[in-house]
Amino acid sequence: MTVNTMSSHEVTRKIVQKETLFILDVRNEDAFADWKIEGANFDYLNIPYFELLDGVEEIIEKLPADKEILVVCAKEGSSVMVAEMLSEEGWTVSYLQGGMKAWSEHLEPVKVGDLRDGGEVYQFVRIGKGCLSYMVISNGEAAVIDATRMTDIFTDFAASKGVKITNVFDTHLHADHISGGRKIAEQTGAMYWLPPKDAEEVTFTYAALEDGTVVTIGNTAIDIHALYSPGHTIGSTSFIVEEKFLLSGDILFIDSIGRPDLAGKAEDWVGDLRESLYSRYRELSGELVVLPAHFMIMDELNEDGSVSEQLGTLFKKNHGLKMEDEEKFRKLVTENLPPQPNAYQEIRKINMGKIMPAEEEQREMEIGPNRCAVR
Amino acid sequence: MENVKANVLLDAKGLACPMPIVKTKKAIKDLEAGQVIEVQATDKGSTADMEAWAKSSGHLYLGTLAEGDILKHFIRKASSDEDTVEKKHPLTATNEELASKLNENIIVLDVRESAEYAFNHIPSAISIPLGELEDRLSELNKGDQIYVICRTGSRSDLAAQKLADNGFEDVMNVLPGMSNWSGETAKLDN
Repeated sequence: MTVNTMSSHEVTRKIVQKETLFILDVRNEDAFADWKIEGANFDYLNIPYFELLDGVEEIIEKLPADKEILVVCAKEGSSVMVAEMLSEEGWTVSYLQGGMKAWSEHLEPVKVGDLRDGGEVYQFVRIGKGCLSYMVISNGEAAVIDATRMTDIFTDFAASKGVKITNVFDTHLHADHISGGRKIAEQTGAMYWLPPKDAEEVTFTYAALEDGTVVTIGNTAIDIHALYSPGHTIGSTSFIVEEKFLLSGDILFIDSIGRPDLAGKAEDWVGDLRESLYSRYRELSGELVVLPAHFMIMDELNEDGSVSEQLGTLFKKNHGLKMEDEEKFRKLVTENLPPQPNAYQEIRKINMGKIMPAEEEQREMEIGPNRCAVR
Repeated sequence: MENVKANVLLDAKGLACPMPIVKTKKAIKDLEAGQVIEVQATDKGSTADMEAWAKSSGHLYLGTLAEGDILKHFIRKASSDEDTVEKKHPLTATNEELASKLNENIIVLDVRESAEYAFNHIPSAISIPLGELEDRLSELNKGDQIYVICRTGSRSDLAAQKLADNGFEDVMNVLPGMSNWSGETAKLDN
């Protein structure tokens, strides 16, 4: 039998289309428990590869005969070995190209809407980690918001659209992933914007993103309004694009809200978070389409693989927006929080420009789920 | 690193997963029970895998030292009979009894392999592996009160007998030993 490869893109399509897949994950048990490929109709078997060095006989009876099987490991090597062993036993299986390392880095661009005069908004879904980046395109120019470390994807995408990146934004100083914003700005000559309250310790120059800042993309076309919305971080800023889209950063997600503790200041910032969500966002139009910087679970994906919802709908459905009791709200966002993201303190330092580890080390730091939310 | 000795060195540098584990599994077959292998690897994922593999295969993962890009993993080959051998030295002390005497004028003698000692030991303990004890008896005083400890009490039993045979009069075998030690420990800095 042959051993096939499956790319992260192909796995993403299976998640979005809710297809079935049997994942044989051969990483060690801790790694699997911490983070795996999630799909509504995926089934799993976790057996570390080192349990299979003498043969795969013991797991064969646990494999389904009627489902496609994908062998997954950290960096591909062990999954190839196990896939080949299964192949010798007569099974047709695939392994995940590049392993969970590639899965963590895969970005899937999805168009989320049109703007005036042919403008467009694209969402870049980092499916393995739950990060969402954006590109706003208008009249030959582009803005990139909350870019990931894999910057080629954004610069290549802009080139394929024939547009020039003129402005790069981070809604806040990220703690869960390494920002590619500064690198893209350096490569393209674009302006790099950061909220100054999050940037007090940064080692580079940036344009200060203040409440009410308006940045225009394209000649006269698209305005990006900055809306100061502290809570996840003290500088956290949201953007309203052409009165149509609300880029909510890590303040508001589809099925959850931002956590205020990743800079060690949960108690201080819980009041800001409440003010942003319950007062500032309440004043906005319910028609705005919320485009967050993260998603937590695959249920948050729309049918086209994008992540978005109208603000009015979120006020009705999102548990974190419906807690009238301030004390309960405070408890939700400061107590029983999920574990903090892997290496989040080092990641903050990288995003401040204080340290610059080798690429391989940056990759290791980002392994795992993002955990920026409380549900 | 000083004092971390292994019986066998395996070079798995530059190899990607799964090869460091594949080679370790193969190499450990040629070791005698209780011996220590040092595996040098550069694959960052090898630490978690080495620990998990050792646990599932019954070997004892001792620890990892990082030197630049090189990870040095230390693993002690399982010795199945170690826990079941009948202990013969008549004088024994429990872990708790030893813990209560640490501030007194006693000697704690750790007879595990030096690599085991290196990664986890009672701060005041001195290290003389069982295999070296015969040649190093002169480092100990016959008049001292000596508490002998190992991982599970078997090697310390043999060591205590040896000391008694050589005229040491006040020798206690500590049971069960480091596998169950809940008091303070030290390890070498890395």
